[in-house]
Amino acid sequence: MYPSRFKYESPKTLADAIALLDSGAGETKVLAGGQSLVPMMKLRFAFPGTVVDINNIPDLNYHRFDSDGTLRIGALCRHEDLEHSDVIAKGQPTIAAAAPLVADPIVRTRGTFVGSLCHADPQGDWAAVMIALGGRVVVQGPKGKREIAMKDFVLGPFQTALEFNEIAIEAVIPAPAGQARGGYLKLERRVGDFATASVAVALEITGGKVVRAGIAMAGVGGKTIDARDAASSLVGQALTEANIATVAAAVAAVAEPRSDHRGSSDYKRQIIRTFVTRILTSIANSTKKAA
Amino acid sequence: MTSLYEEISTPPAGDVPVRRVTINVNGQARTVDVEPRLLLAHLIRQGLKLTGTHTGCDTTNCGACTVLFDGRPIKSCTMFAVQADGHKVETVESLASASELHPIQEGFKEKHGLQCGFCTPGMMMAAKALLERNLNPTEDEIRWAISGNLCRCTGYQNIVKAILWAAEKMRAESK
Repeated sequence: MYPSRFKYESPKTLADAIALLDSGAGETKVLAGGQSLVPMMKLRFAFPGTVVDINNIPDLNYHRFDSDGTLRIGALCRHEDLEHSDVIAKGQPTIAAAAPLVADPIVRTRGTFVGSLCHADPQGDWAAVMIALGGRVVVQGPKGKREIAMKDFVLGPFQTALEFNEIAIEAVIPAPAGQARGGYLKLERRVGDFATASVAVALEITGGKVVRAGIAMAGVGGKTIDARDAASSLVGQALTEANIATVAAAVAAVAEPRSDHRGSSDYKRQIIRTFVTRILTSIANSTKKAA
Repeated sequence: MTSLYEEISTPPAGDVPVRRVTINVNGQARTVDVEPRLLLAHLIRQGLKLTGTHTGCDTTNCGACTVLFDGRPIKSCTMFAVQADGHKVETVESLASASELHPIQEGFKEKHGLQCGFCTPGMMMAAKALLERNLNPTEDEIRWAISGNLCRCTGYQNIVKAILWAAEKMRAESK
């Protein structure tokens, strides 16, 4: 399968890339990992006139914690960089849990974290993770940089708040107020399939009590579902069997699954409840052990 | 077809916006003119006539087109050839020397790691990427590493055994 003809540009600086987008009048797409864009172009769902390949721009492939604990993920950080990262394994459990479950191992060598956010697939793993973590996206355009909260970044399926002349250059996960705890579970029929149901949980715990909680889901609705009300009911409490059961039921209640070939809507809701219970129980057990 | 990627001696055809790229393929610098929309898999197969790399699903699922790009496995149907400019690509043809099979190839032979053979080039390149990072993988780690490569014949059992066999041989050779 061939995409439609396009013009290829491979700028060496961010400023050049933005200038190309700015002159492209909305017919220009940014190519990072290409693991969503290239298949879309081959299927001719996407047919940009110009493709701006940002892979030759230096200093975009990074992920690091600032001294205050803020995590920054650059536009060319690949899924597998996060999967094999010691600092992520040590410092950001929700991302560490999700990284090995994104697509398949070969796609993970190319696909990027920030690119996934920009693709804005309602089934995307990273969007759920970012919502749970309360992350932000840094975008740069001709007028400079701005930051967009993840909850405002995605406007609809495959639609983001990016202007045509802006590039998402970094994802930011705020420093946790306490100890960062969390997890990600996904049910898929086989590796690389869309999620039947998946849940991202991100807690911050101080002195055995939850000080911040975020929970979000993918695969169980036409968009990433933010279960913030259910999650915030945990704030101020220590995790117990009782409040875990309550939250798991509340999260499942706000899922909007549809019955399809991957399972019935009831089944998917039940998966969500089970996953939330498993992640929270595992956090509760390890918190107890640490105390 | 050939106007898409003729060798350097041929001038680009009319209005096709071609780019001249140099790619190190299996240790050899290859300079070709490519139209931006040409996929790396197609350059490898039709342009460079290295038909060991297969295209199966053409939708980033099956992994038959897996090659190494700067040492890491990629699906070559999901990258444009222009993106490989200045990079290093290894295909299944790089495994065997004139006189000897690579241990991974030997393993597939010894353990009957293939039936129809269509997925095999991709499987072997995924295995190579794994063994370059981990010469002592567990069965689970092997299954994980080839989970982006589909095989419709073997049920994977013998592919896993083949890679275990290759790992053992490569460990012995590296001592």
